[in-house]
Amino acid sequence: MPGITREEVAHLARLARLELTDEELEHFAGQLDDIIGAVARVADVAAEDVPPTSHPLPLTNVMRADRVRPSLTAEQALAAAPAQEQQRFKVPQILGEE
Amino acid sequence: MSELTRLTAAELAARVADGSVSAVETAQAHLDRIDAVDEKVHAFLHVDREGALAQARAVDERRAAGEKLGPLAGVPLALKDIFTTEGVPTTVGSKILEGWLPPYDATVTRRLKDAGIVILGKTNMDEFAMGSSTENSAYGPTGNPWDLTRIPGGSGGGSAASLASYQAPLAIGTDTGGSIRQPAAVTGTVGVKPTYGGVSRYGMVAFSSSLDQGGPCARTVLDAALLHEVIAGHDPLDSTSVDAPVPAVVEAARSGSVAGLRVGVVREFRGDGFQAGVLQRFDESVELLRGLGAEIVELSCPSFDKALAAYYLIAPSECSSNLARFDAMRYGLRVGDDGSRSAEEVTSLTRQAGFGPEVKRRIMLGTYALSSGYYDAYYGSAQKVRTLVARDFEAAFGQVDVIVSPTTPTTAFPIGERVDDPMAMYLADLCTIPVNLAGNSAMSLPCGLAPEDGLPVGLQIIAPAMADDRLYRVGAAVEAAYQARWGHPILEEAPAL
Repeated sequence: MPGITREEVAHLARLARLELTDEELEHFAGQLDDIIGAVARVADVAAEDVPPTSHPLPLTNVMRADRVRPSLTAEQALAAAPAQEQQRFKVPQILGEE
Repeated sequence: MSELTRLTAAELAARVADGSVSAVETAQAHLDRIDAVDEKVHAFLHVDREGALAQARAVDERRAAGEKLGPLAGVPLALKDIFTTEGVPTTVGSKILEGWLPPYDATVTRRLKDAGIVILGKTNMDEFAMGSSTENSAYGPTGNPWDLTRIPGGSGGGSAASLASYQAPLAIGTDTGGSIRQPAAVTGTVGVKPTYGGVSRYGMVAFSSSLDQGGPCARTVLDAALLHEVIAGHDPLDSTSVDAPVPAVVEAARSGSVAGLRVGVVREFRGDGFQAGVLQRFDESVELLRGLGAEIVELSCPSFDKALAAYYLIAPSECSSNLARFDAMRYGLRVGDDGSRSAEEVTSLTRQAGFGPEVKRRIMLGTYALSSGYYDAYYGSAQKVRTLVARDFEAAFGQVDVIVSPTTPTTAFPIGERVDDPMAMYLADLCTIPVNLAGNSAMSLPCGLAPEDGLPVGLQIIAPAMADDRLYRVGAAVEAAYQARWGHPILEEAPAL
């Protein structure tokens, strides 16, 4: 397994939407390298013919009747919004300027 | 300290029911205790004085009106700050949710309220339940009531510390890799991780959804069982909630016995990292079980050696996905929104400011494990290990009724010792993690003090899925035998605060 570099940590931070400082990048690179080195031993079983388990229960879709039920009001749902306008969540610009 | 705070939940409920004490007096006694000691312990992030007294008043009114009360009505409880509480702050130990007032109650919260249990407040925890010491809380650490310079375990250190310092007779925790059991072990209290799906996760802030499980914390096995019965059971709001009868845990706790029971001891649960005094107390517990009529069977579960590694790939992977919802758009913190920045930039700045170091580490670790090129080697292999761990348990439970082990390899370590050494911290969960991977049930209860440091040692009992009643049957027998030997509950040996 390859070691994890500072550049790779910067890439991961971008993917994970974390605006890390230079100091953090340095610090986390060393720590993540240690952790990944320690957990890489799971790969010992990579070639074994074992089915993967993603969940302790055999999951099936749970359906319910399509009926209107009591739910949060718009006011309740918006009560914790950082910003709101016209009964909607107000967010920073998502697409580029027209 | 009011005598009321020394009583068990079962005793308190009986007194409230027969009218010898009111629920309001009971709540007030615990609020006074919080005022007296929590500045030192820091078990609570938020104390809901008015809410608690109002809930207590309602119980007293129902009793006065001749209504039949539930078995824990009027008993105060400390709720881990990971469960939503309508109109009461819920932070998950994180700055990203500072000041958030949830618009709804978690199913666990709702069931507690319906049972007349009085919620005193919300307890401290490692941020998003990631940690084994409560030092990862954004709001400062919690002290272990046995020695305030040491950790109370984690992530549910606040819940466990509130019990051990008599601030509450009952508490709720969540256990993803040991966050109920390890704090119970290091504080001399009782904690149970129910079978996965046994307690609803609705309104429980998600960390690793295939592992997370809420459960009861208490000072006695019977109290834990009474609380277990209140919070467990099918919930249509959680699609992973098991639709089956709750195991008869209270009956089991009232009829503790191990005669004729086959008890497994797993060879892999000892070794270099284990403190001598922990192993000594564990070995005594095995002898105690033998003396009570249990048959001891030595077992090997070879894949447990890889369980910790698999956990630290699976849990971070699920966390990196779950925590993506904290995007600064609908609730929680938002920083850097000055009109010039894009939504994506605001998200990145907010997450940077709102998450602490351990949460960032795990999000990046999960992002790495799930990224193309590494997915098969890491996440894929970890899922195979998970299958092997479940098979080891299955084979073991073909030979024995329960398995016992030390809950954690060492007693409470000093605050600060492992906080920037993630691998050392992760080892605290060595014996608890296999249970979460397989989804079965387990309990930790006190089995003495380690001779070298005088700190509590926990005995872990593991049962198959949906056989949680076995934990209580064995736990009650062990508890009774130890108390007969010691002459008192172990917490009486803790120093006064």
